Amino acid sequence: MKIAVCIKQVPDTTEIKLDPVKGTLIREGVASIMNPDDKGGLEMALQLKEKHNAHITVITMGPPQADDILREAYAMGADRAIHLSDRKFAGADTLATSYALAGALRSSEYDIIITGRQAIDGDTAQVGPQIAEHLDIPQVTYVEELTVKENNKLLIKKSTEEGYQMVEVSTPCLLTVLSSAGNARYMTVRGIVEAYTRDVEVWSADDIEVDQTKLGLKGSPTRVFKSFTKGAKAAGQIYEVDTEEAVDIILEKLTEKFII
Amino acid sequence: MDKSIYKDVYVFVEQRENKIQSVAIELLGKARELADELGEKVVAVFLGYNIQSKAKELIAYGADKVLCVEDDALEYYMTEPYTQAITQIVKSRNPDIFLFGATTIGRDLGPRLSARIGTGLTADCTGLAISEEKELLMTRPAFGGNLMATIICKEHRPQMSTVRPGVMRTKPKDETRQGEIEMVKVDFDKSKFKVRILENVKEEKSLIDITQADILVSGGRGVGCVEGFEALSDLAKVLGAEVSASRAMVDAGLIPQERQVGQTGKTVRPDVYFALGISGAVQHLAGMEESEYIIAVNKDKGASIFNVADLGIVGDLNQIVPALTRRLKKIRTNQQ
Repeated sequence: MKIAVCIKQVPDTTEIKLDPVKGTLIREGVASIMNPDDKGGLEMALQLKEKHNAHITVITMGPPQADDILREAYAMGADRAIHLSDRKFAGADTLATSYALAGALRSSEYDIIITGRQAIDGDTAQVGPQIAEHLDIPQVTYVEELTVKENNKLLIKKSTEEGYQMVEVSTPCLLTVLSSAGNARYMTVRGIVEAYTRDVEVWSADDIEVDQTKLGLKGSPTRVFKSFTKGAKAAGQIYEVDTEEAVDIILEKLTEKFII
Repeated sequence: MDKSIYKDVYVFVEQRENKIQSVAIELLGKARELADELGEKVVAVFLGYNIQSKAKELIAYGADKVLCVEDDALEYYMTEPYTQAITQIVKSRNPDIFLFGATTIGRDLGPRLSARIGTGLTADCTGLAISEEKELLMTRPAFGGNLMATIICKEHRPQMSTVRPGVMRTKPKDETRQGEIEMVKVDFDKSKFKVRILENVKEEKSLIDITQADILVSGGRGVGCVEGFEALSDLAKVLGAEVSASRAMVDAGLIPQERQVGQTGKTVRPDVYFALGISGAVQHLAGMEESEYIIAVNKDKGASIFNVADLGIVGDLNQIVPALTRRLKKIRTNQQ
């Protein structure tokens, strides 16, 4: 069984702070990490490796420093690492990103492609399903658990708002996985040491099967028109009133905020 | 591209077990505003099986036209049948804008469609407006809510966006509104149906990740006892909120540690944070001061929680919380 896991390097958004004067993001000194849902996906793949002797390829698209998360994946137990790195990929929205990744996946073998449900910097949850469409394979999103059945079938527990669904899908397919799907293992010391001696394949746009006009900023239907931080808070109001009046005031504010 | 052939604001109407989901009604209200500004129509796209009788309701909530697709392949949401049906509608009718709810269904369908059609999709928008050039301005949070970005989709149609439930306001129902219901036939390529639903299980989810909650009802020392905590739970329930707490309640054993807000607990930034009987120690403030809107109730007028609160009430939470819960219950009953 061959598994490809798509991973992304993201800033640890829980660490991002706003500059109180300029109101801009302070990104310097913020650690970069492997996106948590992707890490859950890699863990799911590693469990399949243990049970079914699966071969795991990890693949990422990003600037040179994204090499770090590929090394981390090696240290966790991945077998092969591919790094899509080329200026032509820069500025891609989700459609252009998924197109590039699909191009790379087309020239790799896979039975299952795993992506995280969403990345914490963008929270879009779009790249996984878009890759599946480019490759013309079925998708199952919000995957919590996975069992391999006979005849190229997978039995999947998929999370929904009301509970869960049990679904069956045939391979090849793409799954988007929640970080809760598996508590990601730690890297082993030996794994860390070895990770830096192993080869990461670096692929440029010329190495994948794509129409280059559909890559990067040029190939992206969506553009950022403007970005801004939310304005500073105005001073609050304090009321010292009887219970019913207090309730009226709270209800009025909740209505303004569309809560009720 | 010739944009003039693309017209009207389309809304994907999500149904589950033939029940129209609230997010679809909210989107119809927003679509109405956008369409009025553009001088275009609102078209509701309603997919399912034995759903036709509900189509009228969509007109009452703002649709000018309902495209109703009835097929047993569409009874329960599955990616491929829904993608095929909507792709055929998009290709034959050329929508200008297409809106989806950002639910587990909308977030599965939207990206698949965007890739099949070859257009952009902006996820989880909190604001939608029309620019002077008549383009859709899609505003969404990024970097964990630290930054807002306005996105446009200039050269591709339809302009697609998902919106989370509860973000847009429902417009009042108007039973007198007139509109057209059109039954649409779709040709399916069933060889592409490769996913089968074996079982659909409902369970009461205990969402213990308080960082994901839109509303938090948080209690501190002032809540005091088990009864006080139950009053908080009742309020949370009627608001669809989660209960969280300051360290005092965790130390008292009234609430598990995973619900603790603050430096030694979790950092949260919900849309609304109720700080009830919380004095506002620095360690607690560090975990919640970035909340969108903070409502504090405390007996002590000098409590430092009032320094960060948007709305502060000096009073007894044991009176106010039950009274608020009662009133909210009444409002909810009237809404149904």
